[in-house]
Amino acid sequence: MNALSRFFARLEGPQTLGRGPGFWIGFLIVLAGACAYPLFSDGYTVGNTVYFFTWIFMALGLSLIWGYGGALSFGQTAFFGIAGYAYGILTINFGAAYGFTFIALLFAVAIAALFAALLGYFLFFGRISGVFLGIVTLSVTLVLERFMAQTAGPEWKIGAARLNGFNGMSNMPPLTVPWPGGDIVLFPDVQLYYVVLGMLVLVYLGLRILVNSPFGNVLVAIRENPERAEMLGYDIRKYQLGTFVIGAALAGLSGVLYTSWGQYITPSSMGMTAAALPIVWVAVGGRSDLTTTLVGTITVLAVFQALTIHGSQYALVVMGIMLVLTVLLAPRGLIYALARLIARPFSKRQPGDA
Amino acid sequence: MDVGTLAFSALYQFGDAFAFLVLSACGLAVIFGMMGVINLAHGEFIMCGAYVTVSAAHAGVPLPLAILIGALVSAAVGALVEILIIRHLYDRPLDTIVATWGLSLIFTQGTLIVLGSTMAGVGTPFGSFTVGDYSYSLYRLVLCGMAVVVIAGLYALFNWTRFGVMARATIQVPHMAAALGIDTRLVYSLTFALGAGLAGLAGGLYAPTMTLVPTMGTTFIMEAFVTVVVGGADVFLGTAPAAAILAVVKATMTSWYGQLAGQIGLLMAVIIVIRVLPRGISGFLLRERA
Repeated sequence: MNALSRFFARLEGPQTLGRGPGFWIGFLIVLAGACAYPLFSDGYTVGNTVYFFTWIFMALGLSLIWGYGGALSFGQTAFFGIAGYAYGILTINFGAAYGFTFIALLFAVAIAALFAALLGYFLFFGRISGVFLGIVTLSVTLVLERFMAQTAGPEWKIGAARLNGFNGMSNMPPLTVPWPGGDIVLFPDVQLYYVVLGMLVLVYLGLRILVNSPFGNVLVAIRENPERAEMLGYDIRKYQLGTFVIGAALAGLSGVLYTSWGQYITPSSMGMTAAALPIVWVAVGGRSDLTTTLVGTITVLAVFQALTIHGSQYALVVMGIMLVLTVLLAPRGLIYALARLIARPFSKRQPGDA
Repeated sequence: MDVGTLAFSALYQFGDAFAFLVLSACGLAVIFGMMGVINLAHGEFIMCGAYVTVSAAHAGVPLPLAILIGALVSAAVGALVEILIIRHLYDRPLDTIVATWGLSLIFTQGTLIVLGSTMAGVGTPFGSFTVGDYSYSLYRLVLCGMAVVVIAGLYALFNWTRFGVMARATIQVPHMAAALGIDTRLVYSLTFALGAGLAGLAGGLYAPTMTLVPTMGTTFIMEAFVTVVVGGADVFLGTAPAAAILAVVKATMTSWYGQLAGQIGLLMAVIIVIRVLPRGISGFLLRERA
């Protein structure tokens, strides 16, 4: 019991909304609901829900970089794409036997993280911050998209994997769990749902521990005032680089799961429009908190999906309007504002509250 | 093929790249340099200028006048955007980026919905001429001249006119300028409109050379970003030299390995430059001078 309460203590802190038994009971109820959900639905709908879930990792990573670290990165989809393509190239070449797909997942995420480390080194050690960081990461993303879009010719292949230019790569094997008596292939269905849900819970709790740790506190200190954090003796460049790499790895995880979910990846998943969407989810949800980001991402994706049925062109206009209105009217995020409103009567004010 | 034609070919490609970088970046650079705001809808103002120019040309307006109309309409849209959105966000530069990105989504998709996926263009005027074995488009030379005219015009505007003095005063110490009776809000609006108008001008000038699609703005913005990042906050000491240096990189890489290599070369250059000169060329020059 003592160990358990110490574990919960590490999940809570000034950097996250939601604390105390009330919040965690609610969390368990939502989790139980999420676990029970496939029982009340069919495989196809559950598979679509997984599609929502795959994006959340990228959103949480952006929340960490932007909301907690104060560094606005537009490069999330670049890492998403790199990891997605890496997963495709690896699995098409080496197949899915012996659980290799999960090794490919790790490699793909590592490649995205490595790329982020390289880019981040130049950015943060060059002390690029604020608006320049945004436009440099966006430029990288756009160039990467154009590079992948021109790989249509037969000379663009790595091993057996053709890159296929604008049409993108397809037919890579989905994630496969090696199992005695036949591998379990994780098609977009109930099994994949539970695997991704498990990952999501782990990542969410892991990030809560991270942002409430000394690392997270320094990160928020850097966001609030970089000079002050530096005067206090922290090498802010290392903290920012670390955050950037973690966020990129999460975007990479999204990329791998997306690629494995639909068994395809195209350059347009890195384009201007695709790059804007994570910003919309995170900004509308409330970038400075993990829980609001998570709820916001699911909400916005659900709205987007509902609108897409009536025409995806209009859906993007609505996304744009939503983004502009959020910035103007609720700069900390709609879900965040809502959460503060609900939480106010229940909680005493804490020293960390704004 | 003798040295002369080779040199001309290299110079032509340099001039072409230089013109493209200057014209696509100057609107962004004016807004960033004067207001510290990065306008992510920059590409959409370019698109707006191009569309209006071509529509006007189709309606029978002569091309130079059509380009002017395109620039003016973009400027008007820019002023509107400043009053409705940007004005409220001056103390939050990161949020301005996000809001203008939202605008960019709205403009791109809105154009797609209202005007369809493509629009009939106008032909490139003036024809071509030959030097040695190659033929060159005369219009590209006109663009190159326009780039120089735009820089000279901006220099004149900011140094020799009343608006320029008021704008520079507002940028340096806003509350002091306000105390001296300058309507700083109006100055900001006009500066933003100027930047948007320059973007529209770029769109209008390049409209005859490219296909008109709602996403055409993205063709320009990467170059515009790179030039502004390398140049830093000053339009004259930053954007112009940055465009000249980057034009060499771009023209060299493009003629060796193609269009995309040119862009990758630009990106590499910018990443190296920010590591060495984080405040851009103008930051470096101004510190040297001070």
